[in-house]
Amino acid sequence: MELILKPWPWYISGPLITAVMVFLVYFGKNFGMSSNLRTFCSIGGAGKYADFFRFDWKAQRWNLIVVLGAIIGGFIAVQFLSDGSAIELNPETISDLNQLGFQDVGSALLPAEIYDWQNVLSLKGLLILIGAGFLVGFGTRYAGGCTSGHAITGLSNLQLPSLIAVIGFFIGGLIMTHFLLPLIF
Amino acid sequence: MKFLKFLFVGIFFGIVLVKSEAVSWYRIFEMFKFQSFHMYGIIGSAVILGVLSVWLLKRLKIKTTEGKEVYLPPKDKGIVRYLLGGSIFGLGWALAGACPGPMYILLGTGVFSMLIVIFGAVLGTFVYGILKPRLPH
Repeated sequence: MELILKPWPWYISGPLITAVMVFLVYFGKNFGMSSNLRTFCSIGGAGKYADFFRFDWKAQRWNLIVVLGAIIGGFIAVQFLSDGSAIELNPETISDLNQLGFQDVGSALLPAEIYDWQNVLSLKGLLILIGAGFLVGFGTRYAGGCTSGHAITGLSNLQLPSLIAVIGFFIGGLIMTHFLLPLIF
Repeated sequence: MKFLKFLFVGIFFGIVLVKSEAVSWYRIFEMFKFQSFHMYGIIGSAVILGVLSVWLLKRLKIKTTEGKEVYLPPKDKGIVRYLLGGSIFGLGWALAGACPGPMYILLGTGVFSMLIVIFGAVLGTFVYGILKPRLPH
């Protein structure tokens, strides 16, 4: 039990993520979390504005159930399966973030500087969250998939487009982390 | 009843991503700084085992629970959309520290401000849908 409560090492976590993909493929579906964003748009009536949202979203209900499960899974993991230990980050990462003005680095999953209501409810805080979400939503649909659809499923199926997309993920991620975050914070 | 298995897969997915710390903003930052092997180990081992699993599923002609052959739809050919779209996604991923799966999972961990990120992501998807005919693919 103690082993479960501690953070899981990569060599346990990685194969378990493969298992998620294999389960979904075995159930005749695919592992792709960002597709749900399109489904949300269609449910909300976006089909009135673009062909892209005119599809049979009801065939995607199973994926919405996966989302519901993921929310429940997140709840179970922090409530019952965690011992509250800090994330064991590289000390260099911690000092880099301290220099950017981040405190208590690694004590929670997310930085209070971005996700605490105190910081969210300012113009800058709101713009960061909406902007980050917008980039993720726009980019993932433009690229036709996210980490689950391209990095895990596409690469596992040896698809070249997915490799190009993952290279793109890294170009964007590196630019944000190395050049833009220091400007924002 | 037929949806129950998807609920369980989702719960399993949520637990694994929290326990692996892959949902942590800090882990994503650390990854893009190349300061830890952790995330590379997770994604790398998932992909290597994934290649093997997909190959085996096809090779052994395993039938899905729907009685069909295993099929992973190929992605359309192209470079621009993957490179450009991927880069835009990457900018958001490194800023939010969360991609579409972890957004929901983190909501479940009690971070309700994540709803704003999810709202932004739905908005981004909507704008893409509107602009799609005019974007290079």
